[in-house]
Amino acid sequence: MSDMLLTPAEAQALWLSLKIGFAGALLSLPFGLLAAWLLSRKSFPGKFALDLFVHLPLVMPPVVTGYLLLLTFGTRGLLGQWMQETLGLTIAFNWKGAALAAAIMGFPLLVRALRLSFDAVDRKLEQAARTLGATQWDVLRSITLPLIMPGLLTGLLLAFARGLGEFGATITFVANIPGETQTLPIALYSALQSPGGEIRALRLLVLSVVLAIGALAASEIFAARMRRRIFGTRTERAT
Amino acid sequence: MNATLSVEIKRQIEDFTLDVAFDAPPGVTGIIGRSGAGKTMTLQAIAGLSRPESALIALGSDIYTDTARNIFIGPEKRHIGYVFQEARLFPHLTVAGNLDYGLTRRGPDTPIPREEVIGLLGLRHLLDRRPHGLSGGEAQRVAIGRALLSAPHLLLMDEPLANLDIARRREIMPFLEALHERLRLPVIFVSHNMEEVVRLADRVVVFEGGRVAAKGDMAEVLNRVDVQNLILGESGDDGLGTILNARIESHDDAENLTEVAGNGFNLFVQRLPQSAGASVRLRLRARDVTIATAAPHGLSVQNVIEGNIEALEEAGTGQVDVSIRTREGETLLHALVTGRAARLLNLETGMPVWGLIKTVAIAGSASENRMADLDR
Repeated sequence: MSDMLLTPAEAQALWLSLKIGFAGALLSLPFGLLAAWLLSRKSFPGKFALDLFVHLPLVMPPVVTGYLLLLTFGTRGLLGQWMQETLGLTIAFNWKGAALAAAIMGFPLLVRALRLSFDAVDRKLEQAARTLGATQWDVLRSITLPLIMPGLLTGLLLAFARGLGEFGATITFVANIPGETQTLPIALYSALQSPGGEIRALRLLVLSVVLAIGALAASEIFAARMRRRIFGTRTERAT
Repeated sequence: MNATLSVEIKRQIEDFTLDVAFDAPPGVTGIIGRSGAGKTMTLQAIAGLSRPESALIALGSDIYTDTARNIFIGPEKRHIGYVFQEARLFPHLTVAGNLDYGLTRRGPDTPIPREEVIGLLGLRHLLDRRPHGLSGGEAQRVAIGRALLSAPHLLLMDEPLANLDIARRREIMPFLEALHERLRLPVIFVSHNMEEVVRLADRVVVFEGGRVAAKGDMAEVLNRVDVQNLILGESGDDGLGTILNARIESHDDAENLTEVAGNGFNLFVQRLPQSAGASVRLRLRARDVTIATAAPHGLSVQNVIEGNIEALEEAGTGQVDVSIRTREGETLLHALVTGRAARLLNLETGMPVWGLIKTVAIAGSASENRMADLDR
């Protein structure tokens, strides 16, 4: 086993982290798009409240978010009970719950990135599309979404990265179950808690840092490439 | 498709009131007026991009907006091609993708077939390019083509040349003139540039402070001194002038001259590109017309238009605008003289005079915009 790069436990934690981060980001995408679009484009009563609500996971202690999730989606929680009875779906104490925690913790980051992208789309282009025969939905699909794609990818990757490293809410909501909810940071925490686990902890630390840097770099490179393809320049946007 | 657009709009935005009514039959209707006169606001209401408090907008029997009956048709259902001041091309699509955006949604009954639009606007070599690589003139041509291919029954053009430099304008003008010849639907061409309107429009509507100050036949309206004073603040240094409709009589290649004839006058201008028999619009600057009270002899000026003074009007800075009506009465000519000259010559209405013309600004269709110096 010594010639392998990662031990099976490490590989498992890494795989779980990736899976949970990815699922979490995907799960938050439709809601993030809707929230960002509402915040960028519409004025309605309760907009301020929505803005606050979206940002809550960013400012609340993660353990509070996790506890709220447990109260809501736990086996005896309001939604949790209902989901179990009608859908046969349990999310407390398994990886799906971890994905939900990751989705909620990454949500503010995703919405912020998307909202900025919506704000940056030239409304005059959307008007032009309307005069060319496109309905509002058609404009959203054929003009707005392609134009926010760089921001959407950046937001997704941010949410993904946030989900990879989620700790507080996850451990509160779905606990620390190896192979089910023990992601990289939770594995790292476990290693630190056990006597003689410093080497394991260090290896996990390096792995986490490499992963974080990789995700950020990939996001930047990808978004820049896409912007260049659409707008012709890295930073400037054609108006 | 050859319906007439009728427009009545009342709109109040803060302390600006828009209150206009006019018709636009097939052909080019120029809307001319200073910035802030309400031209763009009017186009947006016509296109359905804004909802005025009170409006009746219809193209033939199609009601687009009727606030009295609470009718408002969405912009996507209006069959209006809109060319904006900025090209507004979709940056994530190629030129072909931009051209086909409206075509796939509203086509295929375009006023001009796709292939012909591409040829007419010189877009073939650009089809695979992205908008960010295009020059301003190229982008605007694509925007015009995109609007044409959206199967419009009405074309709105909001100062499509305003953001371009003079070279680019000259590049696009022939395309617009070709369209003018080719299109049989109502076109509204908004501009604050007299030259562009003279070259393209059949009729004009003059906007001033949110109201219609004048409307009607292009040459008739734009020859009015009050209208010119309204517009000229922004149309460059051309000054007061007269628009003359003329026909090419003959060319003299040896002398590099073209003889044109209109109602009650014949003029020699620098060689024009059109062939004999073609119609041209000439714009004669009032300050290039000299007045003689006796038939001139021994002058190098060859272009003389004879007539009677119809009106004398103060034209500012101590100058007097003299309106000369030709003997047959069809043609009006403006001449600008100093107040001193007017007094010394005892100019008064009804007096027979001879207008001597030094230079003719040519605004002939399908020709390059240029000043034709006359042989002196």
